[in-house]
Amino acid sequence: MVKNQFKRISGLLSIALAVLIDQVIPVSPKQPEAKGRYFLYFLLIIGALLTVGYIASFFSKKTADYIEKNSPLIAGGILVLNIVNVVCSKFSLLPVLFFPSLDRVFGVFISDADIFLRCIVSSGKLLLIGFGIGAVLGFTTGVLIGFNKTFAYWFNPLTKIIGPIPATSWSPLVLSLFSTSYQAAVFMIALSVWFPITVMTSSGIQNVQQTYFEVADTLGAGKFYKIFKVGIPASLPSVFLGFFYATTGSFVTLVTAEMFGCKIGIGWYLNWQKSMMLYANVYAGLILLAVLCNLIIKLLFVLRGKLLGWQKGIIKW
Amino acid sequence: MVGRIKIENVGKTFENADGEELRVLNDLSLEIEAGSFVSLIGPSGCGKTTLLRAIAGLNPADEGKIYLDDEVVTKPGHERGFAFQQSNLYPWLSIEKNISFGLRARGIYKDKKEDVKHYIDMVGLNGFEKSFPHQLSGGMNQRASLARALVGHPKVLLLDEPLGALDAFTRMNMQDEILKIWNGGEITMIMVTHDVDEAVYMSDKVVVMTPRPAKIEQIIDIKLARPRARQDYDFLKYRTKILEILNFAGQKNEPEYYL
Repeated sequence: MVKNQFKRISGLLSIALAVLIDQVIPVSPKQPEAKGRYFLYFLLIIGALLTVGYIASFFSKKTADYIEKNSPLIAGGILVLNIVNVVCSKFSLLPVLFFPSLDRVFGVFISDADIFLRCIVSSGKLLLIGFGIGAVLGFTTGVLIGFNKTFAYWFNPLTKIIGPIPATSWSPLVLSLFSTSYQAAVFMIALSVWFPITVMTSSGIQNVQQTYFEVADTLGAGKFYKIFKVGIPASLPSVFLGFFYATTGSFVTLVTAEMFGCKIGIGWYLNWQKSMMLYANVYAGLILLAVLCNLIIKLLFVLRGKLLGWQKGIIKW
Repeated sequence: MVGRIKIENVGKTFENADGEELRVLNDLSLEIEAGSFVSLIGPSGCGKTTLLRAIAGLNPADEGKIYLDDEVVTKPGHERGFAFQQSNLYPWLSIEKNISFGLRARGIYKDKKEDVKHYIDMVGLNGFEKSFPHQLSGGMNQRASLARALVGHPKVLLLDEPLGALDAFTRMNMQDEILKIWNGGEITMIMVTHDVDEAVYMSDKVVVMTPRPAKIEQIIDIKLARPRARQDYDFLKYRTKILEILNFAGQKNEPEYYL
């Protein structure tokens, strides 16, 4: 009981410790001055949210479980930031150019909020178009390879040769083939998405139990009915894995592709700030990227829960 | 609508992994009357499942012909229902959707909704229509798969050891359930089994098959009134006879008495 209570409050304790240290130890004179105490503000926001959760945990069992489970993790994360804060900004033990203070990193989210928003919209649009095209083509080729022997004969070698090549390494060729660099970026993202989805779809279909098709045969199902109502649903778990690999791969391609010729976007922003040696901005950009990736993957898993609920009894996750 | 099956000089050869040819069925002929319950029994390798799959059209025979009434069987079709050893329900479909799968595939579901209800009732699964296969027991899944095979009103139901994966008590219950569905000849049933008791308990005729070379050793008419009692004297005599044909009857050591 005491242990559980400690788990619940651990996040708040860690935040209190970080705030105390931030208040007591002065910032090293070697660090360029930040515009505000943004790390402190960040701690206070998280602290406020956690306090609300902690109070609510006394009234709701569900919240209590959630806080109990996640509070230690938050405590650990804050502790790491606390150490980074001490090492980088308080004593500047590392080169200040490459290791800016957390106040400056978090400050970027305020000062560059406007440009971040435009980057998110632009990158999101690019990702959506590229991913959409790649997913549709990948799924279609996967289904064709899975069900059609002639198609598999001619296309399997092609997938095996093109697939493992990182999509971004096509950039010299692609940039000269397409009239705009935006189209080139779309192409590269689509290519990076196409491969894992094709492979996982076709292998998923080829691994469907033969008896599933035999059952459909004896019930009088036609060829297309068997493809769409047996083969594809049975292979969805594998298709989902393909989408998961494709999503993580598409982020890498997105960032690289945007460095080539885009005028806006997260990859463009990172590249631009890096060339200006503004590492606080680079870190802020990376944090933004990580948060966005996690959101999208989370979304994917919600979708999986909806579509593949029937798997719960069969496959654990 | 009940179907008659006629098997004429059917032969089938498989090739094993070493490229050797294995003759599984050899010049086999058999006639199964409409509305009868026939069991195919024999040790593994005697070709009984191969024969059943050939009737279903899943693995057509190389030689000879199989007729359903007057039509030659070439490929699988809904008029020959098939119950597999595993229930093989689709895990992504609810019980109701699994059972109605064949009707939906043939585009006649809308007119036959009542049939689906009827068969769900018959196998005792009402209340479980919305459940998924993984939420039900093995016996319930097997019953659902029987309903799925029956709902399209096949002329013949082919059963490939449908009760093999069930425990002994569920199994005996299911034997009665299947007989209730058969209902004295409303549908022709052909069942592959390893279980002599099951064959005698359920069938009009037991086709005893032996392996290498696969052939029909003897066809035994079970002339017992229904419902049958498993401990009945005549029942045991049929049982012994089949075991003798299969050389499994065994021998009892007679005690020797010296006075």
